[in-house]
Amino acid sequence: MAQAQRITKKKPSTPRAHGAGKGAGRLAGKQPAAKAVPKKIVRLTAVDLAEKQREISVSEFFTKNRHLLGFDSPAKALLTTVKEAVDNALDACEEGSILPDLIIEIQEISETRYRVAVQDNGPGIVKAQVPKIFGQLLYGSKFHRLRQSRGQQGIGISAAGMYGQLTTGKPITVISRPGATKPAHKFDIQIDTRRNTPVVTADHEVEWAPGHGTRVELEIEATYKKGRHSVDGYVEQTSMANPHAQITYISPSAERFEYARVAQELPKPPQEIKPHPHGVELGILLKMLHETKAKNLRGFLSSEFSRVSAAVAEEIAKTAGLRPEYSPQKAARDQAEALYNAIQATKLMAPPSNVLSPIGEELLLAGLRKQVEARFHVAASRSPSVYRGNPFLVEAALAYGAEHLPADEPITLLRYANRVPLLYQQSACAVTKSVIQTNWKAYGLQQSRGALPTAPMILMVHIASVWVPFTSESKEAIASYPEIMKEIRLAVQDCGRKLGIYIRRGLREADVEKKRSYIEKYIPHIGIALQEILSISDKQKEKVCATLKDTLERSRQ
Amino acid sequence: VSEKVVGKIKKEAKGLEEQILKRKKPTLKFPVRSLANVRYLEKEGYFEIRGRKKERTLTVNTVKTFAQTLRMMALSKTLVETDDIATKREAYYVSKNWGEARFLEQTESDTVMDDVEALFEVNREQMGFVPEEKGGDVSGALIVVDKDPDTGKTIRIDCTKFGSGAYSIPISVEHLEFETAAKFILVIETAGMFQRLVKHGYWKKATCILVSMGGVPTRACRRFIRRLADAKKIPVYVFVDGDPYGISNIYRTFKVGSGNAAHINEFFCVPQARFLGITPQDIVDYKLPTHPLKEVDVKRAKDAIKNDPFFQHHKTWAKAMDQLITMGVRAEQQALAAHGLNYVMDNYLPEKIAHPERFLP
Repeated sequence: MAQAQRITKKKPSTPRAHGAGKGAGRLAGKQPAAKAVPKKIVRLTAVDLAEKQREISVSEFFTKNRHLLGFDSPAKALLTTVKEAVDNALDACEEGSILPDLIIEIQEISETRYRVAVQDNGPGIVKAQVPKIFGQLLYGSKFHRLRQSRGQQGIGISAAGMYGQLTTGKPITVISRPGATKPAHKFDIQIDTRRNTPVVTADHEVEWAPGHGTRVELEIEATYKKGRHSVDGYVEQTSMANPHAQITYISPSAERFEYARVAQELPKPPQEIKPHPHGVELGILLKMLHETKAKNLRGFLSSEFSRVSAAVAEEIAKTAGLRPEYSPQKAARDQAEALYNAIQATKLMAPPSNVLSPIGEELLLAGLRKQVEARFHVAASRSPSVYRGNPFLVEAALAYGAEHLPADEPITLLRYANRVPLLYQQSACAVTKSVIQTNWKAYGLQQSRGALPTAPMILMVHIASVWVPFTSESKEAIASYPEIMKEIRLAVQDCGRKLGIYIRRGLREADVEKKRSYIEKYIPHIGIALQEILSISDKQKEKVCATLKDTLERSRQ
Repeated sequence: VSEKVVGKIKKEAKGLEEQILKRKKPTLKFPVRSLANVRYLEKEGYFEIRGRKKERTLTVNTVKTFAQTLRMMALSKTLVETDDIATKREAYYVSKNWGEARFLEQTESDTVMDDVEALFEVNREQMGFVPEEKGGDVSGALIVVDKDPDTGKTIRIDCTKFGSGAYSIPISVEHLEFETAAKFILVIETAGMFQRLVKHGYWKKATCILVSMGGVPTRACRRFIRRLADAKKIPVYVFVDGDPYGISNIYRTFKVGSGNAAHINEFFCVPQARFLGITPQDIVDYKLPTHPLKEVDVKRAKDAIKNDPFFQHHKTWAKAMDQLITMGVRAEQQALAAHGLNYVMDNYLPEKIAHPERFLP
C-alpha cells in the first residue's frame, strides 16, 4: 500500500515540470518582453529530465491499471480472483491428464474482506517454479506457445496475488505437491511490485493429505453478491462447459454446492502449433527473424511457421526479392517488410485445425441438461475455421422452455471462451452481436430489432481457439472478427433451425388441441339452441351433436 | 307478425338440423350489409338491398359464432312467443348464462344480433330486440294516439302541452295513430336549435310539428316520421348543419336509409323528406360565418359523390357537394345567430319555407 501511494504522489509532478519547461522556452525565444523576468524561468536540461525517466515495471503498471485485468470493483475482484485460480487449476489437471476435482472455498473475513481458496488434484508444481508462477507477472508456460488453453498470458493468478497484497497486505499462500512420493510444500509469496520479482516470506514442508495437486489461498478486499454475474453463476457455468470436472463450491454464506462430473473422459488434449504466417504482424516477424536459430531464410520460414514447406519458403523469398540463403539475423526493417508483404501475397494452406479441443455436441448437451431442465435441448458444433492465421471453432447449445425462466424476457446468453465463462461486457462481445443479428423470428421466437430474442431459453456459445481475441486483458468480451462472427452465426442458426422445427410442431399440436377443445365447448350450445327452437327430444339433440362433432373432426378444418 | 318471425326462425333451424344429420357442414347465408350492395329506387325513394350474400359455413373456426348465432335465434323466438323485449345490453347479459358460448363484450353480441336480423330480413324490434337509444323529441301541433300499457285504454297525447319540454318518441311506433292539422314537419339536427324554436313557439306561428333528431336519426324516429307523414300526407323538411356529415350521413340516412341496415330500409326511410338547409348556397346567400372543412369532411364528401348511389342519382346533390368542397368551408345551424338570435325564426325559415320547390331533393 505504501509503495502504491508513493508512486501515485510522485507521478503527476513529471508532466507538470516537463510542460513548464517547454512553455518557458517558447516564451524566451519569441518575446523580448520576457527578458524582464529571466530569473523566474527554470530551464530543465535533458539531464534533469533523465533523472525522472525510468523503467516502469509491469507490477507498477498493474497497480495503476488494475481495471484492465478485471479488478475494477470489489465485486468483480472476487470473481476475477476465483476465475484466474480455477482457470489455472483446470488447465493444470488437463495438462497432467487428470480428471479434475476442484474445491472452491470462499470465506468471509469481514464484509469487505474475503479469503479465496482453490484446490485441484493436478500434477502439482515443482518447488523451484512456485515463486515465479505466483509472484511474477507475465511468467508462465502459455504465452509463448499457440495452444488452446484457458489462461493465455501468465498474468492472471499473480495479478490476483498482487491485488490481495495491495488491498490486505497478506501474501498469497500456495501448497503444492508434485506426487505421492514427494513432500508437499507451503509457500507464502509476496511480490516486489517495483522489480516484478517474487519474495518468498515462508517456505516449509507440510503434511498434506492429497497425493498430488495444488492449493492457492488469497485474502482480498472484495464484496460478495449472489446471482448470475457473481461467483455463484461463474461456478455453475464453468461446470456446464466442463462436464468432465467435479467441482465442490463452498460459498461465503457457507452453502455447499456439488457439481457432479457427467463425462468420465478428459477432453482430447489440444496440440501446440507454430504460428501461421498469415497471422504474424511485422514487429513480431522482425523479432522472430532476429531470434531464430535457423541459418537461412528458407530454414527460418519452414521451421518457425506452420504450413510452410521448403518450396513455399523459396517462393516467399523470391516474391520478397530475397535469396533463400539470406541470413535471417541480418534482416533490417526493409527486408522484414518485404518478407511480410510477400507472405501476405502468397497463398498458403490454412493452419492445421485438429489442434483444437471442442467440448462436442454430446457433452455440451450433457452439461446443459445437468443444470437446466427444459422441454427442448439441442447443440451444434462447427468444424474449425481460421481468423488472422489462428484456428478456432464455435459451438452452441440451447435449452428452450425452461420452467424457471420468464417467457417475456430476453433469453439468457452464456458465453464461453476455451471453456471459461465470460460474465461481463456482454453487449461488447462478438457472441452477443452475432446472436442479435440472427433472425430468431424465423425459428418461431419473438425478437425486437437490435435485441436478443424473447423466450424462456438459455443459449450457450463456446469459442475454442489457440488464441482467443479478447477486447481487453480482463478477458470479458471477444473481438468482432468477421470470420468469428460468421461462425457464431452459423452455429447458432444450426441450433435455431432445430428449435424452429420443435416450436412449429408444438404450435401445430396446440392448434389441433385448440380445435378439439373448440368442438367440445361449442357444439353442445348448437344442440341446446336447436332444441329450444325446434322442441326436439334430448335423444334427437344428442344425435345432432354427435353427428356434427364427427363431421367436424373428420374435416380437419 | 310474431308468428311470421317464429316461423322464419324455425325454418332456418330445421334446415340446419337436416344438413347436420346428412353429415353436411351446415351453412347460413347473410345478405352483405354495405353501400356497395344497395341500389337506389327513385320511385319508392329508398335504398334497396341487392342479392349479394356472404356464406358462413360451420367449421371448427366458426363453431363459436355459429353456436352464438343459434342461441341468439333461440332467445329471439322466446322473446317473440312471450311478447317480451330485450335491449341489446340485456341480450348481452342473458348470454352470460350460456357458459362457454357467452359474449365477452357487448360489441360481439351486437354484431351477432345484426347478423340474425339481416338473416331473417326483419327489423330487430320484430324479433324482440330493442335499441337502447332515445327515439327523438317532438313538439307542436300533433296529437299522438297511444295505448295505456296497463289498461290497454286509448290515450291521446297532445304535443302542444309539454311546455318547455317535449314528447319523446317511443322505441316501438307501429301501433301509434295521429291527429294533426300541421302544414309540415320540420326535422332538426341539433337539440339546441329545437329548444330555441320550442321556446319561442315557432310551431304556433308556422303551424308545424318540430322533431329533434339529435344527430343521426334512430330507426324509431325515422319510422315515426314516416308513418306520420304517410298517414297525414304532410311534407317533411330537414334542417341540418351545412357540412358533409349533416348532408351525407344524417339527411341521406333519414331519407333513403343506410347500407348497414339495407335489409330494412324499406320501412325505416322517409322518402318524402326534402332538404331545407343549410345548403352550400345558403352559406353564400346568408353570408354565414364558417369553419374550414376538415380532412375527414372532404374525404366524406368525395366518397359520397363517388360511391353513394343517392348522390350518384341526384346530380343536383353531387353539384352541391362539389360546391362545398370547392368553398372548403362548413356552416352550422347556429351560425344564423350571427345575424341575431331569432333571425332563424323571423327571417331564415319563413324565407325558405315560402319556396319549398327550391329545396334540394
